[in-house]
Amino acid sequence: MEIGLIVLATMLAALLGWLLKQSFSTTPWVAGVTAEADHQAPFNARPKLVALTTFLAVATSFFALILSAYSLRMELGDWVPMTEPSVLWINTGVLVLASVVFQWTRNHALSGNVARIKPGLLLAGVLTTAFLAGQWLAWQELNASGQYITVNPANAFFFLLTGAHGLHILGGMYVWGRATVRAFGGQEMDAVKHSVELCTIYWHFLLLVWLVLFGLMLST
Amino acid sequence: MGYVAIADRDHEVEHHDPQTFISKYVWSQDHKVIAIQYGCTAVFVGIVALILSAMMRLQLGFPETFSFINPENYYQFVTMHGMIMVIYLLTALFLGGFGNYLIPLMVGSRDMVFPYLNMLSYWVYLVSVIILLISFFVPGGSTGAGWTLYPPQAISQGTPGVDWGILLMLASLGVFIIAFTMGGLNYVTTVLQARCRGMTLMRMPLSVWGIFIATILGLLAFPALLVSAIMMLFDKTLATSFFMPAISSMGVDPGHTGGSPILFQHLFWFFGHPEVYIVALPAFGIVSDLLSTHARKNIFGYRMMVWAIIAIGGLSFIVWAHHMYVSGMNPYFGFFFATTTLIIAVPTALKVYNWVLTLWEGNIHLRVPMLFAIGFIFTFIHGGLTGLFLGNVTIDLPLSDTYFVVAHFHMVMGVSPVLVVFGAIYHWWPKITGRMYNETLGKWHFWMTFLGTYSIYLPMHYLGFQGVPRRYFAMGNTDFMPASAQDLNAFITMAALFVAFTQILFFANVIWSLRKGPKADPNPWDATTLEWQTPDTPPKHGNWGHDLPECHRWAYDYSVPGYKDDFIPQNVPASDEAPADRQHGVEEH
Repeated sequence: MEIGLIVLATMLAALLGWLLKQSFSTTPWVAGVTAEADHQAPFNARPKLVALTTFLAVATSFFALILSAYSLRMELGDWVPMTEPSVLWINTGVLVLASVVFQWTRNHALSGNVARIKPGLLLAGVLTTAFLAGQWLAWQELNASGQYITVNPANAFFFLLTGAHGLHILGGMYVWGRATVRAFGGQEMDAVKHSVELCTIYWHFLLLVWLVLFGLMLST
Repeated sequence: MGYVAIADRDHEVEHHDPQTFISKYVWSQDHKVIAIQYGCTAVFVGIVALILSAMMRLQLGFPETFSFINPENYYQFVTMHGMIMVIYLLTALFLGGFGNYLIPLMVGSRDMVFPYLNMLSYWVYLVSVIILLISFFVPGGSTGAGWTLYPPQAISQGTPGVDWGILLMLASLGVFIIAFTMGGLNYVTTVLQARCRGMTLMRMPLSVWGIFIATILGLLAFPALLVSAIMMLFDKTLATSFFMPAISSMGVDPGHTGGSPILFQHLFWFFGHPEVYIVALPAFGIVSDLLSTHARKNIFGYRMMVWAIIAIGGLSFIVWAHHMYVSGMNPYFGFFFATTTLIIAVPTALKVYNWVLTLWEGNIHLRVPMLFAIGFIFTFIHGGLTGLFLGNVTIDLPLSDTYFVVAHFHMVMGVSPVLVVFGAIYHWWPKITGRMYNETLGKWHFWMTFLGTYSIYLPMHYLGFQGVPRRYFAMGNTDFMPASAQDLNAFITMAALFVAFTQILFFANVIWSLRKGPKADPNPWDATTLEWQTPDTPPKHGNWGHDLPECHRWAYDYSVPGYKDDFIPQNVPASDEAPADRQHGVEEH
């Protein structure tokens, strides 16, 4: 449980630090006008960004706990390390590209270069779909070679982790889909921009999660 | 910017005013309607769980009397009672119900930041409840694995509901967690983003603080339950071996190899212990506001109370293994978890002292909500102290499988939060419905519930000391249990049935109030917090009419010296009071 604990402790410490800073030298019992900054969220974030950050904390907790279980289960006698399908390397590259494309799209969107949003979104979507298809291929490959989910706990964790990660990406694809439809509907460019911004953060996060998962599975 | 972003939405909110009955009351995006939907659904499943507990008590009090209760049923009742009460009633009611109703009103917002997501949260919660209730009617019935669902027995042949019940239970939990996450994102974002002008974090009422920190705990802890539920589903349906060791059950080898049941316990309690505080922190917050309002006195040590809530929230993540002493662990771990468990008593005790000191020399009005709040202090101290017993490894080991534990957690986690739930309902009822209830009936309800629950759980401690084991369908003939233990069990059952039937008083009061109750004053308790200052009672869609309120002070300006009333609402500017006297008041702090 150490992994889960450390990750959670870090997140909680950050939050508690901020809360304590808000509360330490205040005198709440004194009535009067307060500074404008006092009813604002951390870092002047917008609501959707706050919600996304909170969700990232939830997802971090989720993956950290699976990894805790992974490290505990690994120590038991019947664990046989699994050979990961090599297609995963290509998938990783594709996901990195998707992240890069999102960043590129976001940068152009923020600097007002609206024309780049549509191709950027499309390309990012294609790359992400390719990643998911690649993950599916990896599953097929494992099943074809008799490495079923039940063969070994290492296999079970592989399917669990890739599945959970894939589902999170699918969730992101829903937001991506809405943004794309809006972008091609040619309206509300501000909302599209904001969606692109949020998607970029989410994709970076899922890339990071994937790198951690992949690295862990490779090394064990 | 965050604040402005919300304020700018004013016109938008007006636009979406619900028109039809369906958009107003069914597919509603209004936080108040959603809160009531959450509340009613939670109370409904709570009644189911209450009936289950009555069935359990019938069996324990009068064994071999009721032919319709067999051992399998009994374990199903235990499991469903525990799971429903902890998750589908208390968690949903405090966060989905009170959280939804109170957060936007108390921080001076028009609604939750994401109303659509909020609506979705309720309907997904309803789906989880329906899945759970369906499990009563599937072949084999609901799961009887115990509310902690420990493997291997939870998914081994021989446990009731092993075919369908456990699947539906795990699925329902997963759906519930999705619903909770949607709601939780809303509560956190609303508290951080949608506070009205002047409402700093340290001016928020403690109710909001409690709900806010509890939501954060829930968001971080529920994933542990989700992970364990998913992994157990895999073990059950795909025959993986996350938790399942190599066993053959009832002569059948299900094909598992070397999994770890202890791993499940770690994951489960990593969620399970914060869950205690997910329920307790909102109760702490609400009780603070009730005591302060009805004692006409500012809460003692407001900042200390906030820090205590934060500290308890943080500490609650490092005590989970005190639920697992009997599972066996390295003695150093036992020492560590016993120590952290005792440390968490410090901020908790601090809160209790502050509640009592708030009452000290207060102008106490023993109205119905106040009775429940003071009753809570009693039951909570009681349950908290037995928690200190059980937090120590050496005392926990002999007591863990006895009724002492049942008494402890029902006192601290059952009776205490439920008293707060009732207190809160009586407190905010006039605002929610615009009508008053019958005060006398409410007081009867309090006294019968309070004394009744004490009659149930006080004797249980004694049974526990005698070694009467929990989880048993029938005690049979054993030497260490005197015959009088059975008499006590019969008494407890009578008390439990009494308390269960007493709740009819509450529902009668509710129905009477809704039909014939006198119109309530907008602020019947002379309270300071913003929800009592709305232009309409009950508040209309958008809460505040044309202009958002502005907050000028904390929530506890009661009996301020030199001011004509004994309360100053949060939206009264500082200049509107007698300045000289007010200055004097400030210096006194």
